Formats: sequence, C-alpha cells, structure tokens
Amino acid sequence: MIQITVIVNGITHTLQVEPRLLLSDFLRQDLGLTGTHVGCEHGVCGSCTILFDGDAVRACLMFAVQANGHEITTVESLTTDMERLHPIQRAFRETHALQCGFCTSGILMTLIPFLEKNPDPTEADIRQALTGNLCRCTGYQHIVAAVQRAAQLQQKP
Amino acid sequence: MATRYFGQRIQRNEDPRLLTGQALFVDDVMLPRLAHIAFVRSPHAHALIHRIDTKSALKREGVIAIFTAEDLGDYWQPAPIVVPPPPIQDMTFNKRTQPPLAKGKARFVGEPIAVIVAESRYIAEDAIRDMQIEYELLSPVLDIEHALDANQPLIHDDLPDNLGAHVVQRKGDYDRAAQSADLIIKRRFDYDRGTAAAIENRGIVASWDTRDQRLTIWDTTQAPVPIRNGLAKLLGLGENQVRVIAPFIGGGFGPKVMMFYQEELIVPWVAMHLGRPVKWIEDRAENFVGTSHERGQVHESEIALTADGKIIGVKDTFIHDCGAYIPYGLTLPLNTQCTLLGCYDVQHYTTEFEAVFTNKTLVAPYRGAGRQHGVFVMERLLDIAAKELGIDRAEIRRRNLIPPDAFPYHNEIIYQDFAPLVYDSGNYEPSLDKALEMIDYQDFIENIQPQLKAEGRYVGIGIATYVEGTGIGPYEGARVQVMGNGKVSVVTGIGTQGQGHFTSFAQIVADQLGVEVCDVSITTGDTNLFYWGAGTFASRGAVVAGNAINEAAKDVRQKILKLAAEKLHVTEDELELTQGVVHLKHNPNIFIALGDLATQANPLRGAVKPGTEPGLEATNYFGPERGATANGVHAAIVEVDPDTFDVHILRYVVVHDCGNVINPLILDGQIHGGTAQGIGNAFYEKLVYDDQGHLLSISLLDYLLPNAMNIPHIEIGHEVTPSPLNPLGIKGAGEAGAIPVGPVFAQAVEDALSEFGVEIREIPLSPSRLWELVQQAQGKV
Ligand code: FES
Ligand code: FES
Repeated sequence: MIQITVIVNGITHTLQVEPRLLLSDFLRQDLGLTGTHVGCEHGVCGSCTILFDGDAVRACLMFAVQANGHEITTVESLTTDMERLHPIQRAFRETHALQCGFCTSGILMTLIPFLEKNPDPTEADIRQALTGNLCRCTGYQHIVAAVQRAAQLQQKP
Repeated sequence: MATRYFGQRIQRNEDPRLLTGQALFVDDVMLPRLAHIAFVRSPHAHALIHRIDTKSALKREGVIAIFTAEDLGDYWQPAPIVVPPPPIQDMTFNKRTQPPLAKGKARFVGEPIAVIVAESRYIAEDAIRDMQIEYELLSPVLDIEHALDANQPLIHDDLPDNLGAHVVQRKGDYDRAAQSADLIIKRRFDYDRGTAAAIENRGIVASWDTRDQRLTIWDTTQAPVPIRNGLAKLLGLGENQVRVIAPFIGGGFGPKVMMFYQEELIVPWVAMHLGRPVKWIEDRAENFVGTSHERGQVHESEIALTADGKIIGVKDTFIHDCGAYIPYGLTLPLNTQCTLLGCYDVQHYTTEFEAVFTNKTLVAPYRGAGRQHGVFVMERLLDIAAKELGIDRAEIRRRNLIPPDAFPYHNEIIYQDFAPLVYDSGNYEPSLDKALEMIDYQDFIENIQPQLKAEGRYVGIGIATYVEGTGIGPYEGARVQVMGNGKVSVVTGIGTQGQGHFTSFAQIVADQLGVEVCDVSITTGDTNLFYWGAGTFASRGAVVAGNAINEAAKDVRQKILKLAAEKLHVTEDELELTQGVVHLKHNPNIFIALGDLATQANPLRGAVKPGTEPGLEATNYFGPERGATANGVHAAIVEVDPDTFDVHILRYVVVHDCGNVINPLILDGQIHGGTAQGIGNAFYEKLVYDDQGHLLSISLLDYLLPNAMNIPHIEIGHEVTPSPLNPLGIKGAGEAGAIPVGPVFAQAVEDALSEFGVEIREIPLSPSRLWELVQQAQGKV
C-alpha cells in the first residue's frame, strides 16, 4: 500500500492505495464519486474522462498513485444543485444531447477545457473534439448542437 | 384536457440526475461487505472439460469461494427459454439453452466455466490465472453454410446434427406465379454478425437478506419483471421474496433483454449461498464474447417481376446463425421473414430458414432484431431489378407500394407475436415523395451527379424503404397516484435505457390530470413497485406501457372528478383540471388542490360508502390486439475516395411515420442514434474470428464504433399515420433508424462506383472490402 494525497474537486484526500489501483476505481470506489463512468478500461470510449490539473484525461489509463500531488476534477464538481445546472449541462438538457447518459459525464469533462480554449467553435471543431468520446445512443447530432448552445450560453455575461 | 403536452418537444425530467453524475447505474451500487465476482471463461470455441482444479486459486489471499457446475447441485440446469417458438406448421425447433456454467463441454469462447468470489475484483481476476483446467479440443463449427454438413462435429451431442430450427412459410404460390414472370433475379446475400456495444457493459449486484429472507438484485436488464419471476422460480422463492431493480441503464439496444444470461443465474445464487452481497461487472472484453451478438445470416433469394417492374413474388431461403444455444426462440429469423416484404404489395412469397448452431457467442435481438437482413435482401433485389429493367430506383419502389386503401394489409405468415402478420395502417407514398424531395433526388441524378462525375468524383445516391413491426403485446401495466404533495407518481414494469420514458410518459399523464410534466415522477424497473409486465423490446415501451399509463391516468382523472364533484357539490362536467387543481369551469377561484383532494380521499376516521377505494390512485393495463406497423424511407448521398475507398456520407435523410408522436425531440434522438448504429453496422463494425473461433476484435480499438466524425448530420422528415390499434394512435420508433441503413449505404456506394460494375450484396463493408470488391469486379483477383 502506498499513501497518496490528491485534491479532488477542491477537497484534499490522503489515502492508502494499492499501486495497481486504477484512478477510475479510486474515484468511484474509494471516494464514492460514481459520476465518472467506466465503459472500456482501455482508453477508447472516453466515459471516464476527468480533468487532471485542468486537462481532460482518461481515468482508466492512469493509476491512482500517479495522481499523488495532483488536482482532479470530476463531473460532480460542475454543480451539486440539480435546479441550477452548469451552462454546459443546461445546453445538454435543452438540446436532448443525452439518452442513457452513461457517456455524458466524460463528454462534459472533455468539453469544459475545450470550450475554454475554443469559445466559439465551428461544427467541424466540435466533431473533432468529440472523437475521443463514444456515444452509442445519440448519433452525436444533438451533442454537437449542445456544444453550440453551450458556447452561446457561456458567451453571455 | 386543457393543456396538450402530447406532441411537444419537452426537455427531459431525467436529465438533471444524469448530467450531475447522480443517477444510479448498477456499478454504482456499493453495499457493506460487498464481495466481487470474476468469471472463468472458456478460451476455446469447442472443447471437452475434463478436470477443473481450483486448489491453488483458493489459496490466494482474498479469494472467498470458487464454484463450478458441479457445485451447483440441482440448481444446474439449462436456462428457461425466453420466447417459445410460435405454432407454425411442420416446423422443427430443437430447444437448447445455455446452462449457468459449462459442464463437461464448452461451446463458445467466453462461455462461463467457473465463478470466483473475492474481496476485490482485482484479486478475483488474479485468481483466474491460478485455475487449472484440462481441456480436450474439438474442432469448432464456425461456418454457418457448412454447419449441417455430415462431417461436422456436433455441438449438442444429443442432436443428430447442428440444426436449431427449420421453418417454411408461404403466402400465395410463388412457384406457380413465377412462371408468368418477365424477369427473375437470383442472388446471394450475406449479412454478418455485429454487436450492440452499449457503452455501459452488463452488471449484476445481488444481496440476500437472511433475516428478511429476501433477495435484492440490481441488474442491467431491459425486462426486470420476467427476471424476477424466473429467478424466484429457479431459486425456489416466492415472487414476493425477490426484488429486481433495473436502475438507470447505460444503453440497452436488445442484448440487455436477453435472459437468462449465465451471470444472471449465478450471481444471485452466489449471494444466497454465501450470505454476502456480491457484484459482477462485465468488462469490455467479456462484453464482446459474453453478451449476445446479432445479424449473421446468408440468403439465397429470388424475385419475379413483370416487365414494368411489378413484383409477382419473392422466394427467400436463408441460414440463420444461432450461436451455441437458442434461448431467444425464433424471434430473429421470424422478424427477417416478416419484414422482408416491407412496404410492397407482394402476393406470392415463400420463405424458408434453417437456424443452425455454431461455436460462437449466442445470438439474440439487437436493435432491428432480424429486420435489417430482410430489408437488405428486398431492397437490393429491387435495385438489381431496376437496373435490369431500366426503371428508375425510386420509381420501381413506387410502383409496388401497398396503396393506402389496402389496410389492414394481410401478409398471412406468422409473426414473432404468434399471429398472422397484419399491417395495421400506413400511407407509404407520401414518405417516399418527401424523402425524394428532401434529398433533391431528381436534381442529383440529372444535374449534380453527372457534373461531379465529370470532375472525377465518385458520388452516388441510395434510397430504401422499410416497415417496422412495433408495439407488440402481450401487455404492460401502470399504477398512477396523486400524492399528498400534489405531485403524481407513476410506476410501470418496463425497464428504461435512455428512451426518455420519464418524460414521454409524464407528458401523457400531465395531459390527463392537468399537472406540469415536471410534477409527474415515473418509476420504471423496480419489481417491488410494479409487479407485472414483459419488458422493453420490439419498440414497444411507448406503445404498450404508454397506453397503459394513459388508461390508468384516465381512471385517476375520473376519481378526481367524482370526488371533487362531491366535495364542491357540483356535477363532474362543471369541473376542469388545470395547474394541479380541480376547479369550477365558470369560476376558477373555487378549486381544490389535487394534493388536498388526495389527502381527503384517504380519510382516517369516519365511514366511507361501500366499494370506495382509498386515494386518487388507479392501476390499469393495455394489451394491443397486435403490433403497430411503422414505416419510413432513408436516402443518402455518399462520396467514395477512389484511393482509400473511404466513404464520406454527404447527406442523410430519414422520413419516418410512427403515427402520433409523444415528444418529437426524443423521437429525433431515437432516429439519430438508430441511424448511427446502422452506419456503424454498414461500414465500421466487424466481428472478426480466427479459424479456431477466437474473436479477434475484442476491444473498441478493433471493433470500431462510429465517432462524431463518422456520423453525418441527419435530416429528418415526419409523416403521421396513426395506429388504429391503440387510443393514443402511436407506433414504436426505437429501431427504425437502424433498419434500412445497410441497403441505402450499399446502393449509394454501388452507384458511386458504377463505372467499376460492382454489385454489393453484403454487410458490413469497409474500405478494404470495397477495394476487394472493385478488384473482383474488374477481374483482377
Ligand atoms: S473507460 Fe476509460 S476510456 Fe473507456
Ligand atoms: S447517451 Fe448513451 S452512450 Fe451516450
């Protein structure tokens, strides 16, 4: 067992973990943050996407010990209040950009830094940005619309 | 009804929970003392199992128990069949279903052989490597066309050969009618296996409460009530002792309605046996071999036509791949038979299939469920006929459409709901016209395509029609209750996997009771809250459960009016329900809030009239006499890169008629998603086996699910022909998007590559396969 200290959604956690524990399992099982989903555990589907020091990464491709001393942000950080959704979440709801919702957390976490860097993306930019996240339900069209809508919402002061 | 939410593009009630990561999926269930399960699966497609030695695995620290078939005692028996075959004359059906753990013989790669229970999944997986199992390899049966050959090994030793089922069905007399044909076309068509690959894999958590003597199971199933009933019986419990919860499910698409998966039989048994809660979550590699596949068929087909392109008859003989067992009866090949004739008026049809066992993962419905194959055959036959007869592809379709006055239209052969196939209603020509108009068919053929070809570009157009049998019986039910806080609770027995039931069902109730959609809370998939039902499959949730909910809500409306009339000393027709209150029509200031009325409907003292039921609550059921037939047309324009043979979809149009639409926003989503799966199936996804029956494509790196760059913007048009078979006039829509994509894609690519003379008779395609077909057509190989 190895002791690690990780800041997750602003809270510092110090825990003992096995060196082989996946970061995705650490977040879900040790910290109970089950909003991060696991669809493949080999880095393709993108459902486990989180922010690692601000960058979108796949939690299933990292070990928890690699997060020692780093800052992690999961979907739970966007809001805890279902009545006051984050603009990206609102845009997803307005445009029906999720069906089963299993892929959604990972997609939201991919989009947070994307929209920060690209506040006014084209459809092609958006589709390119989404290629690392598989969604089996929506055919992506409403997700693309959601990103356009989120960009609008975020530009409004 | 004052407000009409029915038909509105309303945002979903379920989204806030999903968007904030608060929705409960099966893998999110964490319980005290939870133990974890890993399955030991056969690495061989066909092998005798001589000996299983668990000793060293049991020694590993953290391993709690290991069970093999021998340990199950009387519990070991082949799973019950999900769908018994319908009564069709002279058919053969050899029922062979999967056992919970293989005993003596493994019949496909991935078949569970033993179950390891450990303190963590990591340890359970470590222990898989400690297992010593002695196999004797048998040669596998992999090629469906040779599965019945005399020299083939037997998959089920007690059968004379590898035949699972044989069925012949007839409408009219094809052989006699075909004698008058001007043209007969015969072709072979291949439609290979694929897999649904929901992003959430399967999973089961089971907990046995020894004090309460009750079993709770969280299961990624589309059919919680049948799972509860079946497991209770198998485990020797009453239905009241078993609670199955299907919480949020991360995509179903059919495979999650297969039952009973081996894991579904084992995990609850282990929980009871050990007296400890246990969890099994499928990983992606297991999903590729352990979750049902679909599609695999080879057709030898023929169509007889007159010189002006009228279809005289069709004859189709096919082999259907069952995989190692046949738990889902004949649903898939019957759907193929019953969907093949599509929108067309065909008086003579002979259809025959042999369903054969192979040493591969078992085959059960995946979105479309056998319908794709039929549509592919028919649409391709028409394309080939159009070419031979010099008739335009759209025109040959138009000439054969069933006219609107011919409904109900009888196709006579037996459908998956055990009754002769009848289309309830339809008006097909407007859908065709709209699709042609939306895609600018004439302009493309006459102007755009020649111009682009002159520029050296390879562009083509495809158009295909289809019907989808939806909303079959037997029945669903629901209980609707106005609660003391004025909100409405609805419970139903089906499961939900992203179809928006929490919203579309709420819209129906909101209209009946005059409340807001967000004030109606729907619970699906908890057998303690609703006992009865069959499940979500065959695009039936909205039709069957939706109408049951409508009936129950109507009953509650009556109760509200009756009680409010008594309380306000008026007649019922003086009352109106809006905004959560019941008020006088002529004076809205005199009202009772529904929540208060609900409280008054449940008095604590005093007397009630005989026969009075407490509360504002009603339960009702709906069972349609038969399924409702939806229809549609897909059209696409594609461009093929002549160097890489990559295909770029330039435009994709869907015109769809599923009767009255509850929520067009949700319907659009269903069509987008289905079409995307169809595109994946047509061009990206392929299950590749080696010659020993090992699946080689067992990761998402090898089995390519389409991403956001592979799926085009889909343009949707709607027609509305209500179904006369249910009060809401709706038809199902869940599978429509996926059904006709194969033939549209094949036709458009063939058109784009017309100068090479390629004829496409198979799905899936890929750039390399297209290149091969072009080489073949040019006589280079
Ligand atoms: S679970 Fe991490 S990418 Fe799929
Ligand atoms: S919404 Fe189901 S996988 Fe994306």
